[in-house]
Amino acid sequence: MSRLASTFEQLAKSGRKALIPFVTAGDPTPDFTLSLMHEMVKAGVDVIELGVPFSDPMADGPVIQRASERALAHKMSLTKTLALATEFRKADQQTPVVLMGYLNPIEAMGYEGFANAARRADIDGVLTVDLPPEEGEQCAALLKERDIDTIFLLAPNSTDERIQKMSALGSGYLYYVSLKGVTGAGHLNAADVENKLKQIKAITSLPVGIGFGVKDAETAKTISSLGDGVVVGSALISKIESNLDNPERAKSEIIGLLSAMRQAMDK
Amino acid sequence: MTEKYTMPDARGHFGPYGGMFVAETLIPPIQELNAAYQRYLQDPDFISELDADLQHYVGRPSPLYYAERWSRELGGAQIYLKREDLNHTGSHKINNTVGQALLAKRMGKTRIIAETGAGQHGVATATVAARLGLECVVYMGAVDVARQSLNVYRMKLLGATVVAVESGSKTLKDALNEALRDWVTNVDNTFYIIGTVAGPHPYPAMVRDFQAIIGRETKQQCQDMIGKLPDALVACVGGGSNAIGLFYPFIEDESVKLIGVEAAGDGVASGRHSAPLCAGRPGVLHGNRTYLMADDDGEIIETHSISAGLDYPGVGPEHAWLKDTGRAEYVNITDNEALEGFYALTRMEGIIPALESAHAMAYTMKLAPTMRKDETIVINLSGRGDKDMQTMAKREGIEL
Repeated sequence: MSRLASTFEQLAKSGRKALIPFVTAGDPTPDFTLSLMHEMVKAGVDVIELGVPFSDPMADGPVIQRASERALAHKMSLTKTLALATEFRKADQQTPVVLMGYLNPIEAMGYEGFANAARRADIDGVLTVDLPPEEGEQCAALLKERDIDTIFLLAPNSTDERIQKMSALGSGYLYYVSLKGVTGAGHLNAADVENKLKQIKAITSLPVGIGFGVKDAETAKTISSLGDGVVVGSALISKIESNLDNPERAKSEIIGLLSAMRQAMDK
Repeated sequence: MTEKYTMPDARGHFGPYGGMFVAETLIPPIQELNAAYQRYLQDPDFISELDADLQHYVGRPSPLYYAERWSRELGGAQIYLKREDLNHTGSHKINNTVGQALLAKRMGKTRIIAETGAGQHGVATATVAARLGLECVVYMGAVDVARQSLNVYRMKLLGATVVAVESGSKTLKDALNEALRDWVTNVDNTFYIIGTVAGPHPYPAMVRDFQAIIGRETKQQCQDMIGKLPDALVACVGGGSNAIGLFYPFIEDESVKLIGVEAAGDGVASGRHSAPLCAGRPGVLHGNRTYLMADDDGEIIETHSISAGLDYPGVGPEHAWLKDTGRAEYVNITDNEALEGFYALTRMEGIIPALESAHAMAYTMKLAPTMRKDETIVINLSGRGDKDMQTMAKREGIEL
């Protein structure tokens, strides 16, 4: 069983929800990201989404755009992100790591080359924002052959037919984008999420992580209770951005927020 | 004659290029758009409304003009100019915005967004939005806002909101990113009018079909004026909408050479250029697979060109296909060569071209002398140079 599947199975058994942080690899430096990953695990996160920086992050709001720009300023790349994941895995064999990014860096590496490199780095899942199932079958198959899950996005306007498609082609979990908009937007509506999750859950047996617009412990608790986990990204990265002169303070603020979320979700 | 050309396939693929590479939230609106487009393409009411607008509002057909003096000067092929610069708003861009705006209206959308580089597409979009009483927001890179301030003012006069995009390289690609972010946030009431033959399916095919009027008219005008097909078609290529518009109706006429001219900026060897077909590699950006300016890691490289409208790291996927199949040839022209083309047309024929179109003029100056006097070149004069007066004056050290 894949690391993602067993993580979600364990959580379900204990009646808990997954806390899934997203951070951009190399923001502001690879060393910072590596030590942050380990500390986040200590704070009780279940899965880590590691953002691969891209020059044109079309689905991201300003906070994650700037995180990409900071990482790219010192030539962070898909190759270096995989090296970072390899380094993380040396000290942590339990926590699933999901790469999240855009397709062009994978195209540049070649699908097969990427799948092999991801296997070597012991990556658990890959979420490619601009690779919908219509175009993504080949990449998903290559990853599957190497026991790597492909995670698809679902949106508020996804139809039953599309939810079925993602459910069939995807594995690990599905990522529900809780609102129409970019990452870090601020108008999340719990009642809308609840209705949509009912529709999704009636179709798929995969776990569903919910993200976009989750900023505090209270929201994390409410939103995670509607699915199987909650993804938090911009709220963490804005703490890096507001503490660029003091990375240790950024780290402790991030850990503080994640601990509060963990506590609220487990209550 | 040649086999039938039927690209793209039902999923928007031109061979390995094109497709629909977007985040999930955009799939439903793109499918909705595709369904509406396929339907209205067959709808006689829609077609006759479009034809009437093109005739009475845009001013079509645009003339095919015989540049007799310039042809004589260059001493080779006879040169004809397809005068898209004479369209309402001053470029070919309006052919497409008129079509997409009619589609938006039929789909019940109340808000229009667009990206723009040189501002020609932004102006053409603001124009049709004003005419239909639709809210209009145009995204434009901050660098382009500064170098095309005249067009910014035109858009504002027309009632559009112009948003200066400060992210990334602050040019056309970043404007496209920002427009996509707007669309994903406002999908319910918003129609995104993409200005070039790029973006996810159906945009490359749809924009081509709206621009193909250029080539259809040219074919008829060549028949009327010279009694035969031209020997070569020359057009500048940024995203490639004016070039595809001219080329498309001639793709099956194999005797007609199709030549796209990319912007070489400081020269392709310098790395400071906007010539993905000549010096890029295949990849995925803005919803489609095509040739891109990208580094070994797949990060998009900043582009350079004197003309804001060609300053884009990608190109329409159909051009990628026409290149790989050898049906079209793609060449490049530096900033300095483009300036020679700009001055030549201005002084030989009394026509001031847009700096984008000047690239096609400059290549023709190389091509025409190598051809026989009984051969014919048609250049797409895709836009007029009024918008470039500040750029040109500044280069000459003149304060306007």
